[in-house]
Amino acid sequence: MTDISPAEEVEAPPVDPNEVRLTINGHEVVSTKGEMVIAAAARAGDYIPHFCYHPRLEPVGMCRMCMVDIDGGRGPMLQPACMVPVSPGMKVDTGSPATKRAQEGIIELLLANHPLDCPVCDKGGECPLQDQSFSHGPGESRYVEEKRHYEKPIAISDIVFLDRERCILCDRCTRFADEVAGDALIQFNSRGNNTHITTFPDEPFASYFSGNTVQICPVGALTAKPYRFKARPWDLAQQESTCTTCAVGCRTVVQSSHDELLRYMGVDSDPVNHGWLCDRGRFNFESVKSADRLLQPLVRQADGFQPATWSAALAEAASLILEAKAAGGPKSIAVIGGARGTNEDAFAWSRLGHEVIGTPNVYSQMGDGLPADLLLLDRATIDQAASATTIVLLAPDLKEELPILYLRLREAAEKKRSRIIEFAPKQSGLTRNAWRHFAYEPGTQVAAVEKALADPEIAAQFAKGSVVVVAGRGNLAETSTATVRAIRTVLAANPGSRILPAFRRGNVVGALQVGMRTADGGLDTRAALQAAADGKIECLVLVGADPLTDFPDTDLARRALAGARRIVAVDTFLTPSALLANVVLAASAYAEKSGTTTNIEGRVTTVAQQVNPAGNTRADWMIAAELALDLGGDFAYETIDDVTADIAWHVAGHEAITPEALATAKDGIIAGLLPAMAQAKLLEAVIPERNSYDFRLVVSRTMYDQATGTANSPSLAHLATQTMVHLHPLDLGKVGTTEGATVKMSSTRATIVLNVVADPAVLRGTAWVPFNHSGANVGDLIDCTAAVNDVRIENL
Amino acid sequence: MSRYAWAPGYTDDGDRPKIVTSRFQYEDGYTLDRYLATGGYVGLRAALGRTPSEVHDEVKSATVLGRGGAGFPAGTKWGLTPQGVWPRYLVVNGDESEPGTYKDRLLMERDPHQLIEGCLIASYAAGLSQVFLYIRGEMALAQERVAAALNEAYAAGYIGKNILGTNFSIDIVLHWGAGAYVVGEETALIESLEGNRGMPRLKPPFFPAAIGLYGKPTIVNNVETLSNLPWLLTNGAAAYTAIGTETSPGTRIIAVSGHVKRPGVYEIINGSTTFRDVIYGEEFCQGIRDGHELKAFIPGGGSAPWFLPDQLDLPFEAKMVGPAGSMLGSGAIMVMDETTDIPAMALTLVRFYAHESCGKCVPCREGGTWLMRIMERVVAGRGTQRDLDQMLEIGQSITPGQYPHAASERLGLAAAPFPFRMTTICFVGPSAYNAVDSSLTLFPDEFQAKLMKRTSIPVTAVGADS
Amino acid sequence: MTRLNEANVIIAKEIIGRYPKARSATIPLLHLSQQQNGYVTNEAMVQIAEMVGATSAEVLGTATFYEMFKFEPVGKYLVNICGTLSCALMGSETLLHHAEGKLGVKAGGTTEDGLFTLERAECQAACTEAPCLQVNYRYRYKVTTAELDQLLDDLAAGRLDGEVPPHGTVARVRQHIPADKAVGPVPPDAVVAPPAWITEGAK
Repeated sequence: MTDISPAEEVEAPPVDPNEVRLTINGHEVVSTKGEMVIAAAARAGDYIPHFCYHPRLEPVGMCRMCMVDIDGGRGPMLQPACMVPVSPGMKVDTGSPATKRAQEGIIELLLANHPLDCPVCDKGGECPLQDQSFSHGPGESRYVEEKRHYEKPIAISDIVFLDRERCILCDRCTRFADEVAGDALIQFNSRGNNTHITTFPDEPFASYFSGNTVQICPVGALTAKPYRFKARPWDLAQQESTCTTCAVGCRTVVQSSHDELLRYMGVDSDPVNHGWLCDRGRFNFESVKSADRLLQPLVRQADGFQPATWSAALAEAASLILEAKAAGGPKSIAVIGGARGTNEDAFAWSRLGHEVIGTPNVYSQMGDGLPADLLLLDRATIDQAASATTIVLLAPDLKEELPILYLRLREAAEKKRSRIIEFAPKQSGLTRNAWRHFAYEPGTQVAAVEKALADPEIAAQFAKGSVVVVAGRGNLAETSTATVRAIRTVLAANPGSRILPAFRRGNVVGALQVGMRTADGGLDTRAALQAAADGKIECLVLVGADPLTDFPDTDLARRALAGARRIVAVDTFLTPSALLANVVLAASAYAEKSGTTTNIEGRVTTVAQQVNPAGNTRADWMIAAELALDLGGDFAYETIDDVTADIAWHVAGHEAITPEALATAKDGIIAGLLPAMAQAKLLEAVIPERNSYDFRLVVSRTMYDQATGTANSPSLAHLATQTMVHLHPLDLGKVGTTEGATVKMSSTRATIVLNVVADPAVLRGTAWVPFNHSGANVGDLIDCTAAVNDVRIENL
Repeated sequence: MSRYAWAPGYTDDGDRPKIVTSRFQYEDGYTLDRYLATGGYVGLRAALGRTPSEVHDEVKSATVLGRGGAGFPAGTKWGLTPQGVWPRYLVVNGDESEPGTYKDRLLMERDPHQLIEGCLIASYAAGLSQVFLYIRGEMALAQERVAAALNEAYAAGYIGKNILGTNFSIDIVLHWGAGAYVVGEETALIESLEGNRGMPRLKPPFFPAAIGLYGKPTIVNNVETLSNLPWLLTNGAAAYTAIGTETSPGTRIIAVSGHVKRPGVYEIINGSTTFRDVIYGEEFCQGIRDGHELKAFIPGGGSAPWFLPDQLDLPFEAKMVGPAGSMLGSGAIMVMDETTDIPAMALTLVRFYAHESCGKCVPCREGGTWLMRIMERVVAGRGTQRDLDQMLEIGQSITPGQYPHAASERLGLAAAPFPFRMTTICFVGPSAYNAVDSSLTLFPDEFQAKLMKRTSIPVTAVGADS
Repeated sequence: MTRLNEANVIIAKEIIGRYPKARSATIPLLHLSQQQNGYVTNEAMVQIAEMVGATSAEVLGTATFYEMFKFEPVGKYLVNICGTLSCALMGSETLLHHAEGKLGVKAGGTTEDGLFTLERAECQAACTEAPCLQVNYRYRYKVTTAELDQLLDDLAAGRLDGEVPPHGTVARVRQHIPADKAVGPVPPDAVVAPPAWITEGAK
């Protein structure tokens, strides 16, 4: 017998050429080429103290706190672990006497000019400087000189305050502003010991992402107004959750104290938000505790709304629905909305609509998205988009509508991973980063795409590698027809390309997927509103939907709400549409209920309840379940997990998404695609020639508008501007007007009066107006069935 | 007194070979006419008659040591650019501002064409695509002379498209700073040239030769270094290495300032000339001013550890000065006689480096100013022993371990060799500590004498002055 | 109105045109605006930011890093007396105190008539000629107190107008690259091949 050792039988595993083996504190660590020592050490459980290093920012080697003994073959030397890449055979000692002395030295020097006002500092208790002084500091200060003094704090924007005495000049906020956000509005000023952070005089740090600088500040130098002096960190209770302000699905931590929401922090979800949040998502928690919240159900009586008990209100809602059913059959009832809540909310309401009421007229988009059948196509993840060779944008301004997706794609372009080809009726936040930007006049996007595809250089670019089309609605003042055709033209020209829907409303993808979509022959929102306006809708059920504010064609919305015989509204605020309802059911808001949400990728993540529901409000899914009982159905839901499990059981693509699976899925679970559905019929319309005296109307959303979450958050509300018309500077003469002047703008529908802004981002011959701002309502001008809307502008 | 009124500071009337200061004798040495009349652009013609790699080899074999401070051979530096990466840039470091240093300014004011020719030779040899000539902001005359020389040279076809009718084409762009010592550090110079704050980038792993200006391979050479090239190409590497020693060939310019009889700028034989030659030699400084004696001298600019008279016989040879505890740096020798108030003079250097800290690294930003505050207190007679101890502690936070210093029999010191370890990116922070360490190590008694005495505290009984 | 005037905009564009990236022209343009206005104004920084494609905050960050840029009016003559070691050894402190007495301002101050701003400067690279000073970056060497008095009197009386331009002007000669000789800036991303003389040899 021959003894064959097992080692001879087993082939040596192939060595990854990128693998690097080094020794940290005596144990071997496997790392990859290019990884910095500090990151390799962190993965191996060897913490190296640091201030300026941040895994999502370019290393700068500024604070010198991470100096450790690194032996790269020439003997141990103190080197900054954040800037030295690993190399084979490297030996790292994070606890050598030289390292310890260096760390104590840095802490002493950092604290020399630090005010040590920890007792009154918001950061106290969660402060890296405090913690590292405790863990790595010398324990005493020998600095007896006068400390540096600055006025404290100064407001560097409407939201963010800067205390330059506390600042340790780590360059994190400034690097974030420049590298990540692309808003280099804060900078080092002066030199040496006088260095401090400033903005340019009268140019505040007006970044949509300013809150992130507060989150990554390693000291209490940057604070945000909504949290200043509100709580001590050790009093905060917190849970991980997902932001549903838009549909990117950023992971957050929701923090509260004494049952009051106080702060959201970004969680570093690698496939989604990298730790970042937009200011709107970060600070709109204020609206949850707004004094204007609807706290109990209301039932319309002869003399107006009266508060009602839940049983009375539900009974009233049930009887309205039953009356409607009796009068016009189930198809005379339409359910609109469901995109603002959780998947569980949407699923329960979709069951109520489809199963209990029996109507096919269930829809969650508000006439501002694209047909749901686009979700059937091969969908890209955000990671796939942000690493695609070519990114095609046929979408709204992502910086305004899906801000963190903007950051991710901006990074892809900045790091030269991807080239962006943008088709847009107006320059967007990403135009600066676009390899090619094609401005098109609304209605002509197919021609613009075809022209681009004919360019050999662009064809060559497409041929180089993966293509992801980011698809959404760039203009609310035209039907989706031309955009959908343009998207399909790009997809047809690039087989194998993927699509990432740029749908905006919080859980619109989830709502569509779990059932808030029309059944055969059903009416989508536009059709349902049209039917209501025509007197064909006996009962309109608005589930967190406010057509008067959100539907682009305000006149149609107005006529629909007047024409609907009965209206049942479910909402957190008494919105303009809810004001016209017969019954308003008071819903719990974000962070007052748990469940799941689905982002644009189809990624399902959890949403946590962190505070008790305000007043007498209830989660939408509970309202649906109870209403079902009154209508003769029984969903048998007792807990939120029952609903999640029911979705997994019934909804195609959700089979694996059980409460148990979600509990362990750090980055959520991507749902499978929707079952096949017929392609939506596009509205056919001839695109008229634009009269040279007219402007073609472009309407889109901005980050800060009159949305309930923004308008009811005091820190954000004032950031929304009045409705103004933006014209290309060279077009002002055509109207005979000047910047700031008041003009009247007329369509076939109506005339509104508003001020003019000269804006080179606007294409000549078009007029851009932000949607849902205060003052004039541009929705009054829009005919949502028209292929395009042209307006005439006259000086007042 | 200078024999050359038009070149203040240049007192060199010695009969030695002059490689870079040969035209200082002419009042109009900065004009193209004089330059051409004295062998100008001959080196460039010689270079263009050979292949770039031949020219590169010639420079390499001459071992032209960098004259900016670090002493890295220019030819070797050019060879550090990564293969196949283009374009490559040349940045000329004319941001001379090391305390005690005065040479590059003279070269730019007195012989700008020599520098231009040097830039062209370097660009030809190393395949560089554009030259940026960065002159210190405060040097108005140097900027004017170089600008005028560039304009002349462009008009005469020495710069620009198809130089001297060949396919060698390059632009030299005059750039000027705005007052920041740290920009003399090559990575800070690149930041500044890119329009940013002049804060050094961490060098390893990215040297400018690999990732420099606009992220492309970049050669950063000192003015004096490049000014050597025309002579070298005209006369050949053999003639160059025949001067000086094997490890330090050629000449180098030094500036001697302070308490000597004849302070000035001299072009000396590299490697063999000693500090004693320079300070006491007849053709150089002719000794300490009358009636006084040498107390200490700084051999290589304000950043260099100080030497005592014991080290006078060291030659200008990096391989000997380093182990003896200091560096040759930028060729600046500052001489102090026995009247010198050592702590007060050390304070001027500490103040310089604290003032010039860019603010990037914490040890320099915070430690430099802290050292300055303590030194101010000590010099003002209000210091304590605790202050002196504390300065050494701050030094440990900036440059851990033993700081370089010279051997001294009198003090019983064994030499601690240069260089030192540091917790900062560049030398500004350690330099702030350098003056403290040298002065405090070599002259502890002078500090002790300044400390606050109990008797010097004015005692006023409570209420006595009311 | 402290934006660059028409003539200076032309100069600014010429300067920008020499660099592969416009941002590199930031410091030269700040000098140009200081030459026009005597100091760097916010308005000028906004304009420079537009011209070089940076934010105003970035231009401010760059400008404040450098000693020579002033952000409020200074005297017509900026007198910088060096105080670093070589000059200190030769009595620069006395010279500075003398100047303070003569001008009636402390270092850092500006005389009431707006003629002189006095500063303690760091090493000016004239160490062999200590003590030295600069007036608007023009040198004076081995300055005695008597020579200092004379210099300040001459400046005040306008006797040195030809030699010393008002604060803001540094070099009076500018580089000008003739269009027919210019190779043009070499952008970092445009070139992938070595220069002609490397591949073909000099011809």
